[in-house]
Amino acid sequence: MIKKLAKCIGEYKRETILTPIFVGMECAFDVIIPFLMAYLIDNGINKGDSKQILGIGILLIICSFVAIYTGVKSGDYAAKATAGFAKNVRKKIYYNVQDFSFSNIDKFSTSSIITRHTTDVNNIQMAFQMIIRMAVRAPLIIIFSLIMTFVINVKLALIFLLAIPLLGLGLYFIATTAHPIFEKAISIYDKLNNIVQENVRGIRVVKSFVTEDEEIEKFDETSKLIYKEFSKAERIVALNNPLMQFTVATIIVLISWFGGKEIIVNNLTTGEFTSLISYTMQILMSLMMLSMVLVTIMISRASGERIVELMDEKSNLTSKENAIKEVKDGSIVFENVNFSYVNDENKLALKNINIDIKSGETIGIIGGTGSSKTTLVQLIPRLYDVTSGKIKVAGIDVRDYDIKALRNQVAMVLQKNELFSGTIKENLRWGKEDATDEEIENACKLAQAHEFIKTFPDGYDTYIEQGGTNVSGGQKQRLCIARALLKNPKILILDDSTSAVDTKTDSLIRKAFKNNIPNTTKIIIAQRISSVEDADKIIVLDNGMINAIGNHDKLLASCEIYKEVYYSQMKGGKENG
Amino acid sequence: MDKKLKGKIDFKVLGRVLKYITKNYKLRLFFVIFCLLLSTASSVAANLYLQTLIDDYIVPLVGTINPVYTSLLKAIVTMIVIYGVGVIAAFLSSRLMVKVSEGTLKDIRDEMFVKMEKLPIKYFDTHSHGDIMSRYTNDTDTLSQMISQSIPETFSVITTIVVIFFAMIITNIYLTAVVLIFLVLILIVTKFMTSRSGKHFIKQQEAVGNLNGYIEEMINGQKVVKVFCYEERAKKRFDKLNEDLAENVYNANKFVNCIGPVNGNLGNTLYAVLAIVGGLLAVNGIGNVSVGMIVAFLQLSKTFIRPINQISRQLNSIVMAVSGAKRIFEFMDEEPEKDEGKVTLVNVKEENGKLVEVNERTKMWAWKYPHSDGRIEYIKLAGHIEFHDVDFGYEEDELVLHEISLYAKPGQKIAFVGATGAGKTTITNLINRFYDIEDGKIRYDGININKIKKDDLRLSLGMVLQDTNLFTGTIKDNIKYGRKEASDEEVINAAKLANAHNFITRLPNGYDTEISADGASLSQGQRQLLAIARCALLDPPVMILDEATSSIDTRTEKIVQEGMDKLMEGRTVFVIAHRLSTVRNSKAIMVLDHGRIIERGTHEDLINEKGQYYKLYTGAFELE
Repeated sequence: MIKKLAKCIGEYKRETILTPIFVGMECAFDVIIPFLMAYLIDNGINKGDSKQILGIGILLIICSFVAIYTGVKSGDYAAKATAGFAKNVRKKIYYNVQDFSFSNIDKFSTSSIITRHTTDVNNIQMAFQMIIRMAVRAPLIIIFSLIMTFVINVKLALIFLLAIPLLGLGLYFIATTAHPIFEKAISIYDKLNNIVQENVRGIRVVKSFVTEDEEIEKFDETSKLIYKEFSKAERIVALNNPLMQFTVATIIVLISWFGGKEIIVNNLTTGEFTSLISYTMQILMSLMMLSMVLVTIMISRASGERIVELMDEKSNLTSKENAIKEVKDGSIVFENVNFSYVNDENKLALKNINIDIKSGETIGIIGGTGSSKTTLVQLIPRLYDVTSGKIKVAGIDVRDYDIKALRNQVAMVLQKNELFSGTIKENLRWGKEDATDEEIENACKLAQAHEFIKTFPDGYDTYIEQGGTNVSGGQKQRLCIARALLKNPKILILDDSTSAVDTKTDSLIRKAFKNNIPNTTKIIIAQRISSVEDADKIIVLDNGMINAIGNHDKLLASCEIYKEVYYSQMKGGKENG
Repeated sequence: MDKKLKGKIDFKVLGRVLKYITKNYKLRLFFVIFCLLLSTASSVAANLYLQTLIDDYIVPLVGTINPVYTSLLKAIVTMIVIYGVGVIAAFLSSRLMVKVSEGTLKDIRDEMFVKMEKLPIKYFDTHSHGDIMSRYTNDTDTLSQMISQSIPETFSVITTIVVIFFAMIITNIYLTAVVLIFLVLILIVTKFMTSRSGKHFIKQQEAVGNLNGYIEEMINGQKVVKVFCYEERAKKRFDKLNEDLAENVYNANKFVNCIGPVNGNLGNTLYAVLAIVGGLLAVNGIGNVSVGMIVAFLQLSKTFIRPINQISRQLNSIVMAVSGAKRIFEFMDEEPEKDEGKVTLVNVKEENGKLVEVNERTKMWAWKYPHSDGRIEYIKLAGHIEFHDVDFGYEEDELVLHEISLYAKPGQKIAFVGATGAGKTTITNLINRFYDIEDGKIRYDGININKIKKDDLRLSLGMVLQDTNLFTGTIKDNIKYGRKEASDEEVINAAKLANAHNFITRLPNGYDTEISADGASLSQGQRQLLAIARCALLDPPVMILDEATSSIDTRTEKIVQEGMDKLMEGRTVFVIAHRLSTVRNSKAIMVLDHGRIIERGTHEDLINEKGQYYKLYTGAFELE
């Protein structure tokens, strides 16, 4: 994991290396300065030597300013390296996600992919900064300070050697005991937030079922649990500070006693004595910092793992070498196709599908909720790979095409229509990046969108809000169709894409298709019989299997399901638009 | 300390936070403060004692042959006592504080939730869900940080500073002046750094928002991206935003990272300056400065500067926490839903032609109407709903419903059709009093609905909404939502009636299958079937179906509808749908347009009328 994340440092290697170097220099000054201070007291003030006072004092001031410089530099490099590192991590996972296939996306839910880009990257960004600064600083200070104490007085330095491991052990113990409790508490915290979220979203259900009191009770229970767990963890963490103070006190008392004796026998000066105490504080502060770094790393480890998981996920759909780049026509053949989302022969979503579609035909697909209509069409642009069997487009197995070339010829309007924030024109250019205004207008005319776009004050430059909330459902669907048409595809798939469009416009769209793009194969999934009844072939799907294929009249005469759907919509022939 | 800082921290809010902390934990907090004072005092005392130790107990012994250590030992024991008190006090204060801080947070969370459940629907309709959520998450988190760490730390820091400051003044007033000059310098530097970084932090937040927004939009639309081979273009825009964010993160943190080393070393400089000034004063015999005094003062200055640096690092988090607390309090101060109703819903049975109130479920309900003269009247719940010239607007002066009058008799199915925004859902929002009408009257079995207690009114209305919100738990729990005590048999019957039984039994654990909040594993249609089952189990006298079957295919819908029709026989049903096949068999269909009922009648009537409904039906008109 660390290796993979470390690669993301990339072009910020210089800053990443310079940070610890400057931190090191800063540390050196942090240690030298107390030493100079001691010297100042012993040889300047105590002896009343004003030359010494001035000389060492100025040296001390110079050191402080150099230390400021190194500190500012290290802070600056650290900020740059950290920001750059996080940037590269985000870029790497985002780029990888762009290569994901549909099944990769299904595997991680979209919300989890988003959290990994945001919260998780944030966590490791924090850890990264801590590692290049504090994780360098703390051990260095400890080592430098220890060296200085040895220089001053070997006997007294031994006190540190005894106390530091003990304290380190204590801090480590606190961190490791508290950490799992914190993790548990945080998972309960998630639960609590989940309750809140459900209530915010479902407030109408709560109010109309008058379950406020039950919800409050549910919340209370979880809230109590959080209180209990967090208190438990905090009580352990609360030991940190007293433990520190206890160690400081013990060391200072020991130094006072033994150091005092050393002073009396002239083995130690009072200045050295005060600087020993300064070093005590520095060492202990660094230990404290180290334990903090440890906890942060522990917390961010999970985030790191989640990020690497996303980096490592390889798209399971790739183009072959020497893949075919040209799709000749829009004919489609399904040969004994079986498909399972989980690659399990026992959990097939599509069973034994055989279809033969000629280029330019219009195909309707009808079937109840969960009959795998969408699954079927998603196999054509190779959004998923078949589990067994074969799908051929223009006589060639879809797996032999270059994926991009294939998808450029197969335009699909998804059931969940997505428009993106930007102008109408920008949205339509998804289909063709360099489309001219004329091309755009033509596509919109075909999709019966031109009329309503014209009524907007800004026309084609009307800004679409995120998620397309400022256009109606029917308008959104028509824009999505226009967007797909701009690709000028050989195969056009509409997955329940006219459900919110009125039947009259719906039929106008179909008519336009027939007249203007006769060579494009059109596959239309619909709930409404009227949307498919004039298709060349209608496929009735039931539970992942083909129940019947035929034209409207044939199915009405022979297919039970089709008949039922037809009569449930109770549309006599006279009302066909 | 600094007037400019006052502008940032809202002290009224801070005061209220403190009030919360003190509310339930007065005695405990008293002990915490006592312990904090004690530990601060002990650490200051220990610091000062160190000098006494050197001057009075060690130095006199220097050079003596066979030194006697008893007095030194005594001094050391005194030190141990001082430190011991400090350590114990520190331990007690942080230990006691845990309950105060965690308890306060619990109180705040609980109060927020209780409050939330009482807020009117309007609040939820006018605030984004993310905004409400963030009060429970971000705002509470920063507040927790402040209560458990910043407040106690600031308290002891301030105490230390004050004590040391007086000690410094007593020791030497000239040197104190030098310290003050540096203090001002440090404050200026801190102010400069924080305001610089603050500016960039705001920019950083913006950049974070932009990038996250883009990621969210693209990842949510990832399937469209794939279908359109848009990957390369999506990367380009991402790179730009990502670069932007990195730049702002760098700029914001650059200054924050510098505060520590800069202030720390300014402290060191102060030390040197003090030594020089003090030393020169001493050597030249000005101002009564002794060597011991300088050494003591230098120690004091160190203990003085360290907490100031500490507090300057806390400042940002305090400012953030207070603004979080402000949002929490705003939420708590929202006006709750008002309820002046007195009429309640009770189960009754008929005895000798009179209605008698009973406790068990009799499937017969009555309104219990306490008259002002003390008389109690029982009115049988029939489901008779009347609108008389109802006007309503979500915003003042902006009516969305005009002069709506309608009569729904028990056993009737009333349907509303019309374009989005025509006011269909609004009408149902008025029946259950999610919103209150502006003008006119709504009567329920002859009672003005304003006189009915809201909870009881809503209990009498079964609602199935278009957005099916399920709750974390098993399928069974979800169907039993609203009637916990229902038996398994009743649950299964309700599910069968909603045509949900089949798919439920095919789930891995049947009725005990766990589903998560968004019910991701269930299709939209299946979720709607569950919502219908949930309502069917309630067996309500009046039912409102708002696009309840919009995601269910027409074949299944027909089966569900037959079941519902049987269940609701003799009761009132309101149906909203844009699929006309859903409403066809209604007793009366109301066609709404811009908040007015423009046509009403049966399906056949309306077809013959050849108006809007006819146009809709023949497909010449678009809905939604």
